Parts: sequence; C-alpha cells; structure tokens
Amino acid sequence: MELTEEEIKTAKETSQNILENYTCTDRGKIIPVLQNIQNELGYVPLPAMQTVSDHFELPAVDIYSIVTFYNQFRLIPPGKNQVKVCMGTACHMRGGQIILDSWERRLDIKCGETTEDREFSLERVACVGCCTLAPVVVMNEEIHGKVTPTRVDGLLYSYQLDKEQEEGEEQEQKAGEENE
Amino acid sequence: MNNETFQKIKQEALADWQALKEKTVIMVGTATCGRAVGAVEVMRAIDQELANQGVKDAVLMEVGCMGHCYAEPLVIIQKPGYPAICYGYVDEGTASVLVKEFIVGDDLCIEFALAATEPNDMFPTFEDFPRGMVEQKIVMENCGIIDPHNINHYIANGGYEALANAIEMTPEQVLQEIKNSGLRGRGGAGFPTGIKWETCQNIEDDVKYVICNADEGDPGAFMDRALLESNPHQMLEGLALAAFTVGASHGYIYIRAEYPLAVERVRMAIEQAKDKGLLGNSVLGSNFNLELEIFQGSGAFVCGEETALINSMQGYPGIPRHRPPFPAQAGLWNKPTVINNVKTLSYVSHIIKKGADWFKSIGTPENPGTAIFALAGKIINTGLTEVPMSTTLKQIVYDVGSGIEKSKKFKAVQIGGPSGGCIPESLLDTSIDFDSLSKIGAMMGSGGMVILDEDDCMVEIARFFLDFTQKESCGKCTFCRIGTKQMLDILERITKGEGVLEDIDYLGELAQNIKNGSLCNLGKTAPNPVLSTIRHFRDEYEAHVIEKRCPALMCKELTTFYILPEKCERSCDACIGSCPVECIYSNEDRIKVIDQEKCVKCNSCLDACPPQYDAVIKLSPVDMLKVKENVIDE
Ligand SMILES: Cc1cc2nc3c(=O)[nH]c(=O)nc-3n(C[C@H](O)[C@H](O)[C@H](O)COP(=O)(O)O)c2cc1C
Ligand code: FES
Repeated sequence: MELTEEEIKTAKETSQNILENYTCTDRGKIIPVLQNIQNELGYVPLPAMQTVSDHFELPAVDIYSIVTFYNQFRLIPPGKNQVKVCMGTACHMRGGQIILDSWERRLDIKCGETTEDREFSLERVACVGCCTLAPVVVMNEEIHGKVTPTRVDGLLYSYQLDKEQEEGEEQEQKAGEENE
Repeated sequence: MNNETFQKIKQEALADWQALKEKTVIMVGTATCGRAVGAVEVMRAIDQELANQGVKDAVLMEVGCMGHCYAEPLVIIQKPGYPAICYGYVDEGTASVLVKEFIVGDDLCIEFALAATEPNDMFPTFEDFPRGMVEQKIVMENCGIIDPHNINHYIANGGYEALANAIEMTPEQVLQEIKNSGLRGRGGAGFPTGIKWETCQNIEDDVKYVICNADEGDPGAFMDRALLESNPHQMLEGLALAAFTVGASHGYIYIRAEYPLAVERVRMAIEQAKDKGLLGNSVLGSNFNLELEIFQGSGAFVCGEETALINSMQGYPGIPRHRPPFPAQAGLWNKPTVINNVKTLSYVSHIIKKGADWFKSIGTPENPGTAIFALAGKIINTGLTEVPMSTTLKQIVYDVGSGIEKSKKFKAVQIGGPSGGCIPESLLDTSIDFDSLSKIGAMMGSGGMVILDEDDCMVEIARFFLDFTQKESCGKCTFCRIGTKQMLDILERITKGEGVLEDIDYLGELAQNIKNGSLCNLGKTAPNPVLSTIRHFRDEYEAHVIEKRCPALMCKELTTFYILPEKCERSCDACIGSCPVECIYSNEDRIKVIDQEKCVKCNSCLDACPPQYDAVIKLSPVDMLKVKENVIDE
C-alpha cells in the first residue's frame, strides 16, 4: 500500500510535534513516543520511524525492529471502520475462526489488511475480556457479542445504510447550497 | 497505628462512607465485562428515570466487577430500611422499572434480584448459595462494592492502614511478616515473594525499582484486569509496601495495551493517593518517598516474562535474557528490581494488616491463601471466583460454575492458558494449588480456566494454544522458534486428517527438545497443552489419524454438514436464509440439500434449523456422507 504525499507529510509533522515534548534521548521513551504516534495517526509509517530514529540518534532499523516486534503497532493505515475479531480461547472454542472467515470473505481482504477504499480494516485480538459473549467482534470500539455469519452480513449492511444516508444528506446539503 | 496524618485521612473517609450508607445508592458494575453488555446505557437509563421521577437524594455510583460476569449488567440497590440487593441481567427497561418500583415505590422487584449483598432475614445472600460456601474472598472482597474512582471508599474499608502501620515498622519487620506468611507469587511460577524481596533488600544500592506486572497475556484470563478496574488502590498499596520493604523510591505499573479502562482507573488512583499524601514525597510525613508511573505494554505475550518486560521498558524488543542475575539483583537499568503480579501485590496489605498467621490459616501449609480464577468456556456461571487453595476442580466447575451449559457432557478443564494443560474428568478431584497441578502436567499459570464439553476437540485446542505460543515466540531460542512451528505443522496435519501414527510420538519427542532447549518459560511450557492432551486424550488423536474422524465434530476438514431428508420439513426455509454463501437449495421434492462444494462449514444452518425438526447434522469422517447419500458403488 503506497502512502500519498499528504500522508507522508502528516506523518512527519505529527511525529515532530510529539517529539517536541521529549527533550531527552533516553531510550526508555521510544515505545511511549511510538504509542503516541499511533494514537494520533492510527499507524506508524516509515517516515514517522525515520523521524523518531533521528531524534533518538539511533539507526532507523532499531526503531523498525521495535515497531515490527510488538503486535500493537500497525504499519499500514487503518480503515475508517476497524473490525477486530476476538481470537481468545473462549471465542475460539465458540467459532471465532468462522467469524473471521466470514469477514475475510465479505471484505475480500485477509486479517491484518485494509480494504482498497480504506473503508475497513480487519484485525484479530486476544481476549477482550467478555468471554461470556463469545464469539466477540469489536467494531470501532463497540463490542458485539454472540456473532454469527449472518450477523456479520447484518453489521455490514447497517454500515452501508448509514453511509448511504450520510451521502444522501451531503448531497442534499450541496444541492441546497447551490440553490441559494 | 498512631500516625496522626493517617488518622485524619481515615476519619474523613469514614465520614464520607457513613454518609453514603445512609442514602439510597444505586451501584452499576461498569468494568469491561459490564460495559460490553450495556452497563453504560443502563446507567444512563437510571439517571434519566431518576430525573423523570424527580428523585434527587439518590446516589448513582459506578462500581467494579463482583465476579458474576454471566449476569452482567449488574445493579446493586441499597435503600435505607432494606438489605442491599443485587439485580442481574438488567437492561434499560428493567432499570427504569427498578427506579419506579423500588426507589420511588417500595416493591423490591424480587423477580429481577439475584441475591442480597449483606446478611438479613428477608432475602438470601450470595454466601447462602453453594457457590458462596466454596468461595472465600480476600482480594476480591471489595470488588464490585466500592467505587474504584473514590479513594475514600477504599480507605473507609481498611485501605492504606497497612501502609500507615508499615512506615512505623522497620523494612526488616515488614519483610519478616511477608516471609512468615509463605505468600507465593500469583504470576504463574509461585515463587515465594518474601525470598524475592529479601534478595532485593539485601543489596546495597541507592536506586532500586518496584514493578507491578499487569501484562496479563493469557488469551482466556481477565482477573488482573478486573482487580485493577475494581480496586486499583489495593494493588497500589501493595506496590508501596514492596517499595518500602526493599528501599525503592520509584515504581512502575506495566499494563497491557488492550486494557484502556484499567489504565485510566490506575492513573486516577495514583493521582488521588498522591493528593492524600499516601504516595509521592514523604509518605504520611515519614522519610519514605515513592513515585509511581504507568508504562503501557504494546501487545506482546512474552513481555509478561520479567526480563522481557524490563527490556521492553528500556526501549528494546521484548526478548528475555538469561537469569541469573535475577531482576531482584540486576533489573531495570541494571538496578535491583522487584517484579510482582497484580494479585500477589493485592494480598500484601491484607497480610500486613491481619498477620502472617491469619494468612497461613487459609489454604494449605505449602500453598497458603486463596487463588483467583477466570472461568470461561462452556460453563453456566462464567466470571471470576476466589477460592482457598486446596479447593478441588470439581467444586469450582459444579459448585461455583453450576456445571456445563445446555446439559452437555463435561470433557476437560484447560487451566493455565498457553503454558498449562487439560485436565480430564477422572482428575477432577485434584486440589488446586501450585504443586498438585504441576504433578498432573498442568500449571496454575495465570489462573485462566476454560471449561470444555463434548463438542470441543482436544487436538484442536492443543493446536490453538500452540498456534498462539508459536506466533508469540520472540525467536531467540531455535527450539522455541522452529520447534514449535514443527509441532504446529504436525498438529495441523492431524486436524486435516493427513497425520500418520508416528506423528504422535514425534510430538512427544519434539516437546522434550523444546523444553530442554528454551531459555524462558514461554518455550519451556509451550508443549504442555499438547503433552497433556496426548496423555489424557490419546484416543482422540488416534481417531483423527487412523479413522480421519473428529470425535467432537469440530475439525472442519474432517466434518461435513448434511440435511436429513426424512426430517426436513419441506415448507421451511430457515437454513436457506441463514447460509452466508447461498449453498443450500431445494430439490424437486422441496427437500433442502447442501452443495458440498460451496459449503464453508460455518454452523449457520445447524443453528437455524428449528429444534422441532432438527434436520441438520454433522458427519465425521467425511466419507459418512457417501453412506448417507447411498451413492457407494456396489
Ligand atoms: C511467557 C511468560 C509470560 C508471562 N506473563 C505474565 C503475566 O502476564 N503476568 C504476570 O504477572 N506474570 C507473568 N509471567 C511471570 C513473570 O515472569 C514473573 O514470574 C512474575 O511477574 C513474577 O511475579 P510473582 O512473583 O508475583 O508471581 C510470565 C512468564 C512467562 C515466561
Ligand atoms: S476470548 Fe473472546 S472475549 Fe475472551
């Protein structure tokens, strides 16, 4: 997935801004800095890693090795909607894999990827702590329990409806503005 | 205790708590488990209804998790003149009924009540149920009853008293108490806490650290999270006592990234404790100083291992190193460092307050105290429980957990997560403690307990855990990196029906090599789930290999779905509607048939077929289909 000029620029600027709060080059601050960058950008792209490595006066590969070691860091931009399928023990035993398969089939991407139009990204998480509701899907921080393949279709459909409504409203607004 | 500063703090807290006791209080459990099923919405509904009804003197309060996660969202109502009563499965509708009928009116709404939370002569309490007879709560006692956002609630219930006592003792005296108590670390290995602290205390150094390990990475465990969300001060007090004992003035709480609510509540707790002078410079006017900070993990299971955790805090990938030197000798930034689990630290204040002898009176001589488990899987009462060490597995499954759901047959308990093992029915009388469990090839581990029933395939569960450890291996040791991959490949072959009989022995051999050739316990224990399932469920492995059959009908490649023509009620279309890939069609007799080529084996039709017809079945081995369809060549 290629980053746009715009994305590269934002990545660099955001990292710069965050690093301004860290005057020291103490190695212990690297992970907190990277976490801040991910909180702001949603991912940690190469230009951001470069900026961090310059600040800490370390070879870029050291930063890269940290970002790729920890599961939390994402290297590609997340989708507008983030789907996380729980793959903890309880969810697995109740068919978490079937749910993950359903999402992969419907979105036509593999786990860990983002759709071409950047609307959806699909990830797995380990136990979100509501094993009682297994299998669990977290969609944009909202937890859905007892998910079935048909429910996956339902969730996608309701998202589609929301989007159409939004677009409809936007168009109406535009039309309204033009009329004025 | 004669610390005047503390006396004043305590009086204030008690006054606060007493005032609350005299009011009508509505408590909503808003830990993650409650939130997942709508506790926040319930809270909003109650607030709305209170406003609608014009009730002004009732207090709406957030509390943590009591352990009854199966019945979330939970609401406790305390109204003067009535015992405090806990209501389960509350939704927005029930919530407004409770306000109207009980808060405004005087109807207890018994139909929604689970139990009372204090003894009375109107209504049974949780202690009156079989579960209550088995349970004994020490660190979970105040969980779900106090507001984790309010330090006064903790103090009023005896909190920070141990710290106030301790600073008037010598660190050596505190250490002696912990050593006498026989407290063993609850992070997995059961290492005696007193000995760890002593090592650190004995080393002369100006800078020492204490760290609370809240990286709970076992994918089926959530007790540490619940404790931090429900009673964060209890852990902080323990951490402060550890720091006082070993002579550290700096501490960290290493919390898993996936626990945002725990991070928020611990952060708030630290601030409040500082404001009260219970942390920070000159704690309660003494010359003991303690700064606490939160460090958020970044989602790597191996970082729960103490040396990996240290590496990760120092800005490196979380790769374990050789011990010795132990962290207690040379840990964070090469300084003596005590690392303890959340649960271990949560016991400390109770031991200092009530004494080592009291602690030793619970559990067994070698394993004093209680154990906390997260119950999940096919059990009726999922949630958390705290029981004395030496309780049997049977008591936990049947008394606390109320047995298996849907009257299915119990098969095994998986305990200890990725480093633990599966315990079959024949060993259910094993008592739970560090030593008995390792004797039967399982492990206490973190305390995750997953109950499996007849529909769960033991080869598949072994494969699941190995897949987990294989992905989480940091890659330092060859056997852990490649050996686990080889084991996983073999297990995948078996679950696909491509295994051969020798594979089962290869697994045993590889397991031994991985145990010998790995540095940390991730590798050393990774083969446990496989070894214990082979030991107790060898017949299931053999069925997969020899007959290509999955006895639990779980392994996808070895099962097919089939609609029994004689049972299919032709006019019903439930299965067709449920199929996500449109692979079910009606034949000329309007009987439903599955297109096996297209079927993704997702279970939807099986769930959709109305129970009165029960026409969809699973078959294993796949060849059974031919028998059923009568297409076997003559
Ligand atoms: C792979 C691995 C993962 C671990 N994960 C945790 C964990 O999530 N929480 C924890 O407290 N200890 C964990 N431990 C154990 C720690 O290394 C350490 O023994 C423990 O934090 C010490 O605390 P205790 O003495 O209070 O048990 C893990 C160990 C290994 C090898
Ligand atoms: S295993 Fe999915 S929420 Fe616990």
